[in-house]
Amino acid sequence: MTRVTRFSGRDPGPTARVAGFIAHLRDNGMRLGVAEAELSLEALCATNATTPDTCRRALRAVCTGCKDDAERFDALFDSYWMDAGRVKQKLTKSTPPSANDGVHSSRKGRGQDANAAGSAVAPDDDQGEADSNGTGKLVATNLRNLSRRDLRDLVHADEIAAAEAVARRLGAALRDRRSRRRRAARKGDRLHFRKTIRRSLATGGEPLELLRKRRPDRTRKIVALCDVSGSMGAYSQTFLAFLTGLMRADTAADAYLFHTRLVRITEALRDKDALRAIGRMSLMADGFGGGSKIGLSLQLFADTYARRFVDGRSVVLILSDGYDTSPPDLIDEALKKLRKRGCRIIWLNPLKGWRDYQPVAAGMAAALPHLDLFAPANTLADLAALEKELASL
Amino acid sequence: MSWTELQTALAAEGYVASDDLAVALQLAVSLERPLLLEGAAGVGKTEVARTLAQARDTRLIRLQCYEGLDAAQAIYEWNYQRQLLSIRAAAEDGETGAAVEARIFSREFLLERPLLAAITQEVTPVLLIDEIDRADEEFEAYLLEILSDYQVSVPELGTITATTRPIVILTSNGTRDLSDALRRRCLYTYVDYPDHATELAILKARCPDVEARLAAQVIGFVQKLREEDLEKTPGIAEMLDFAAALMGLGIADLTANPSVLQATLTTLLKTQSDQAQITPEVAERIAGRAA
Repeated sequence: MTRVTRFSGRDPGPTARVAGFIAHLRDNGMRLGVAEAELSLEALCATNATTPDTCRRALRAVCTGCKDDAERFDALFDSYWMDAGRVKQKLTKSTPPSANDGVHSSRKGRGQDANAAGSAVAPDDDQGEADSNGTGKLVATNLRNLSRRDLRDLVHADEIAAAEAVARRLGAALRDRRSRRRRAARKGDRLHFRKTIRRSLATGGEPLELLRKRRPDRTRKIVALCDVSGSMGAYSQTFLAFLTGLMRADTAADAYLFHTRLVRITEALRDKDALRAIGRMSLMADGFGGGSKIGLSLQLFADTYARRFVDGRSVVLILSDGYDTSPPDLIDEALKKLRKRGCRIIWLNPLKGWRDYQPVAAGMAAALPHLDLFAPANTLADLAALEKELASL
Repeated sequence: MSWTELQTALAAEGYVASDDLAVALQLAVSLERPLLLEGAAGVGKTEVARTLAQARDTRLIRLQCYEGLDAAQAIYEWNYQRQLLSIRAAAEDGETGAAVEARIFSREFLLERPLLAAITQEVTPVLLIDEIDRADEEFEAYLLEILSDYQVSVPELGTITATTRPIVILTSNGTRDLSDALRRRCLYTYVDYPDHATELAILKARCPDVEARLAAQVIGFVQKLREEDLEKTPGIAEMLDFAAALMGLGIADLTANPSVLQATLTTLLKTQSDQAQITPEVAERIAGRAA
């Protein structure tokens, strides 16, 4: 049983503690504001929370907004209120928080567990003595600090702009006309009877104005999976710029990185500042440039994210060279599962551009029967050239 | 009403709510905030709204979302046909234009759809917005507006303000990511599959006739089955069907008759590949472990 944190005598009271807790959550990456702090207090009053568990439940309902947050919440709660996760640090002068403090990945914060510069109402340590302000650091989750390569060194802002233009054109090429339902439109192929009758009320029941409807264009959703293993090192620059551009051009797109693990980077790439987005992505891609487990990653994708985000309107774009350290039948099985969801699968292989290239890598050979399009791509120009082929899919 | 009282009230109506869910529901009621429930299909998200309405003895107003749902189907619509008929009738009676207009744009000709109905009730109703992730993003934005102001403006009638604020429960299966704005506006609870004890309590509440030994076996079996790599994991409704099927066949022990067990698995496994995966041997092994 964990102990409840004892707060020092100088602590200004429960309201400040709750505010401190919200700040703690914010430091750990949850997007919460003053409104949530207020609501948390109301919630604690409303539940008449006297036991830690009730508090925990009430605050969880208020402060979390999705499953991932809800799962992390317990650890964060313990670290603040239950005296766990307390990390003693040498008394060093903390750097003043920078303007974009809410983002984990500012360079100053690199290598630290969180960009938290300590809160004014930090809980005290075991001896019951209050810590000096601003140096205590609350750590809820054991983030491993592996050697990271900063992806920002690979990608430049102008490349992202160029990639964005390419991604926009590819997105437009993938648009197709498949909807069964008709919607009102000025230049439609059929009459919209209901609207016509409604409008005819204005003219005494004479349908003077004929309204039309048509099948609307439906955008295809692009789901991109990018291999960032060691063998892809030379092409990562192009593909990462493309991914960033894609996410900025198309709000429905979805992006993932994989090497030995699969990481969803959609949220990170939606950051308004393009370079900051890449910074966040590099934090998520621990082990970037290592080995690759394409089969396992694809399988994980097919079993988890694909169930939520891939449907008949999706195009799954795999950017990989097909050199895999897991058995090839995993790829076969994973792609089979993906296919069943009714999506199109496109595999862009940088090696295919080479003369005399044969898809002999076992993984690539296993994937071939499931692909709608297997094309070379190792520069942005190559990606742009795909436009025509994508339109004919 | 404290959350434990609410939990007891729900239990009286046959719904076993986890502590997390009970606290969140109580907060939704007392803070008048919408509650967003996420979780796999068949964990009882929709059922909790229905039970809450029963327990509070109010009306349940349900809005089932689907792709292409628009404001006319969710909020209000003028009854065009009736308006048209009454215009024709008015012309024959010699009624003046202004009088006809005032009449056909009155509440009498307004078709209330769930969202408008929910804010015009005398007694606080429970508004269930089911599978919000299926609706389009535009609709989500419209919903946000209503959930923050609790008022609807009809151009011909003026603004209709809420007489009572409904208890709003939104459910989502996660087929699409919901907007941050909606998540922020709502309280949130992730509803997971129940643990062994909770599920046993659910079975006892719903099928009081089932014998204790069989009940324990059924729950053990279903819980183990959920750990298998299935396309469609069986939910609570499936578990209840399974128990009902076994009772209907007069089975007292799961391990006694493998062929009957296999036959009743149709209540739990709903895709062809899942049925192929759970062969009689596998089913027997799971039943053996569960017993």
